[in-house]
Amino acid sequence: MNTIHKIDRRDFVKLLGLATGGIVLGCSVGADQKDFIPAMDSKGFHPNVFIHLEKNGNITIIASRSEMGQGIRTSLASAIADELEADWKYISVKQAIGHEKYGNQNTDGSRSVRTQLTPMRKMGASAKMMLLAAAAKIWEIAIEDCSAKNHFVVNKKTKETLFFGDLVAEASLVSVPSDDSIQLKKVEDFNFIGKTLKSVDIKDFTHGTAAYGMDIRLPNMKFAAITRCPVAFGTVKKFNKKYAKEVAGVETIFELPRLIPPTGKFFGMFGGIAVIANNTWAALQGKTNLNIEWDLGANASFNSETFKKTLTSRVHSTGKLVPGASGNITTAFKGAAKIIEATYHVPFLAHSPMEVPNATAWFQGNTIEVWAPVQDPQTARSELSHFFEVPEENITINVTFLGGGFGRKSKSDFVVEAVAISKKINAPVQVVWTREDDLQHDFYHATSAQYLKGSIDKKGKVTGWLQRVGFPSIVSSFKPFSEYASGFELNQGFTNNPYLLENFRLENVQAEANVRIGWMRSVVHIHSGFGINSFIDELAFSAKKDPVKFHLDLLGADRVIKGKSDFPFHSKRLKNVLNKTATAADWGKKLPKNHGLGVAIHYSFYSYVATIVEVSVLNKKVKVENIWTTIDCGLALNKDNIKNQLEGAAIFGMSIALYGKISMEDGAVAQNNFYDYQMTRMQDAPNIHIDIIDAMKEPPTGVGEPGVPVIAPAICNAIFNATGERVRSLPLSDLGMV
Amino acid sequence: MTINLSVNGKLHAIEAPGEMPLLWAIRDLVGLTGTKFGCGVNQCGACSVLLNGQLTKSCSISVSQAIEKEILTIEGTSKNLEFLRQAWSDGNVPQCGYCQSGQLIAATSLLDTTENPTDKDIDAVMSANICRCGTYTRIKKAIHQAVALKNEII
Repeated sequence: MNTIHKIDRRDFVKLLGLATGGIVLGCSVGADQKDFIPAMDSKGFHPNVFIHLEKNGNITIIASRSEMGQGIRTSLASAIADELEADWKYISVKQAIGHEKYGNQNTDGSRSVRTQLTPMRKMGASAKMMLLAAAAKIWEIAIEDCSAKNHFVVNKKTKETLFFGDLVAEASLVSVPSDDSIQLKKVEDFNFIGKTLKSVDIKDFTHGTAAYGMDIRLPNMKFAAITRCPVAFGTVKKFNKKYAKEVAGVETIFELPRLIPPTGKFFGMFGGIAVIANNTWAALQGKTNLNIEWDLGANASFNSETFKKTLTSRVHSTGKLVPGASGNITTAFKGAAKIIEATYHVPFLAHSPMEVPNATAWFQGNTIEVWAPVQDPQTARSELSHFFEVPEENITINVTFLGGGFGRKSKSDFVVEAVAISKKINAPVQVVWTREDDLQHDFYHATSAQYLKGSIDKKGKVTGWLQRVGFPSIVSSFKPFSEYASGFELNQGFTNNPYLLENFRLENVQAEANVRIGWMRSVVHIHSGFGINSFIDELAFSAKKDPVKFHLDLLGADRVIKGKSDFPFHSKRLKNVLNKTATAADWGKKLPKNHGLGVAIHYSFYSYVATIVEVSVLNKKVKVENIWTTIDCGLALNKDNIKNQLEGAAIFGMSIALYGKISMEDGAVAQNNFYDYQMTRMQDAPNIHIDIIDAMKEPPTGVGEPGVPVIAPAICNAIFNATGERVRSLPLSDLGMV
Repeated sequence: MTINLSVNGKLHAIEAPGEMPLLWAIRDLVGLTGTKFGCGVNQCGACSVLLNGQLTKSCSISVSQAIEKEILTIEGTSKNLEFLRQAWSDGNVPQCGYCQSGQLIAATSLLDTTENPTDKDIDAVMSANICRCGTYTRIKKAIHQAVALKNEII
């Protein structure tokens, strides 16, 4: 149940620094379902979203979720404005600080719109009802005789109008409507929802005035850089300050001890040697001149190539049975016309958002203030309270713009560093990571190995499916010695395999973590999407069947699978996006020489996605020519923004397929910067064609992530179609194919 | 040493060692933070500025090399930059926005030197700039759109 109530204005003004003189509305939303890290659940029912309507008609909408390029500030504001019947030109958006009053602010899992749309709409609708009641009172007519349109209340009988701003005083005396009295608009009446709205931040983005974490400047602020041990969890034996001290601008150098988080929550920090200076450059210079001798610790012998071999041999033997098996694969394999086996690999990956991790902090005894690009400000706040023993209410987390997040900025290690340094030097400080720091000390997307064995009968029908997977678990970052992928991870595409498989068995093999593991855009779906879509393409080829038709057949008759969530899986919707994409790509058309088409479909974050990729391969070099993606994400809130997200997901997926590989040698990451951890660039960018299914009556589902998992398998399947060569181990650059 | 930097038509006297990269001088000492740090090694283009009209990665030249030259950053303006801003806005180009300062400056340089850039011309200049969000399709379209806007007016 959502309830709306008036928030004490002084409290609100204190929280947000807004001018007084308007109506303020708060809304409680249900505790968010935490589908990622169970230990980090939020606390329950709290006010979440706020509207502030001023006498001049200006409306400030508070964005409780972090903006990292997914357009959430615009999308959720438009939902409120729509129900409120506001004129968009009066709307501005202000970023919330990290505070439990806003409900769960953890911006990950492609769930901001999914979880916030209805409460937001109710906020807008409730505010509109109060304005209608105020106008009715002034005109001495029934509320039913009033309607709202474009920032005015209209007297239906006389056609008189009253401006929203002029109703503020009267409306603030009206009691807040009860939840069950709130009526939401019909789809056909939407003004903004389902349309295209320009980003509320476009002017700042094009003038260099959007303030990201690194753009924060405080009076007398210091700049800090940290040299961390090249091997995860190694420690400092000794170091020499002498040379770093000689760098002009360097002021202080000291050891920052590692902070180990309690089991089950938080992130802590690596520690290392911190160099404090009066400008960023000096700190960065100082950091390279410390002659540090490390105790490299237990991970010093870790080698990712060896680990790949280890994981491969493990998936080639029996693993732990994952619940959810059906039928009997042994019998199925025995009676098969053909058996197909394949092993797939995805390397470790780094998030590498364009804005490196950074944070600005000011520790002042019993208060802490932070300015940082964080995806999860409340966890950062709790974590600071834990480590620095300052009550949460004395800790303010100001959320800046995020120059990309992709999951990296859910982890607040860089915030902890800034506070630890500020505490030590008794001054405000900005900690800045270099790109090398970012690539070498990430919470990596795990590497994986997968073995698949399938059987087909004489008619080319799949009769058995065995899949063994191994990848270091995200849980290892919260609980040491977690050596098997966890249930919530396997449920990202593996256990909830969408195909109709009579004989199905999934096994999980041991995969210990020797680096910090984290979640990256679309998370485990990167593995499951790659393995399953590649293997289905192999089965289709063996069965001499068209891959699109093979996917459709294997999805079986239309069916609905009700999981634990509010979003049942409809196989029909997955088939629908595939059919649409096949039509858009003109699947089956005659292709130019050396060209190939590949297909992949995937269900993630409750959205249905299909992608077809066209590649050309010349002299063993792959060029991605076209990408067609169709998404069914239910109600499409801001259409052009969704399109932009999927275009971006295609490029992000290409970076994974073409270049993505972080490797460890003697425990240390071998990559340094964008020259050896390459990104897709404009010259690589294909023509991208995005379609959004019109499903406005369905609830909204994920958008930011679901476009990613299909890209790598569709590219590899297209390469096979063009050349007959199967790519089972990413990335293509390792195979000399780009 | 005291260095006079002319940024967006305004003179700034700063105290900096001559070898400090121009990027950090602009961000930390001049105090204009629209120019971004992305890699520090001339790989991503987030720090792009125009130096006497020349497209320059400010992370990879020293502040002393900018003395007595005119620096244009994203906080500044030029005819082509304004057309590009309009096209960026019309085309909803940015996602996180972080790299867009550098993208806009690089595109300005392209339009300053090439009247009607082809896709190939655009690729050649703009491939020096990384956008991790992946807005390349929109950037390319917006550059063409900016040229169209310009041709309409002239």
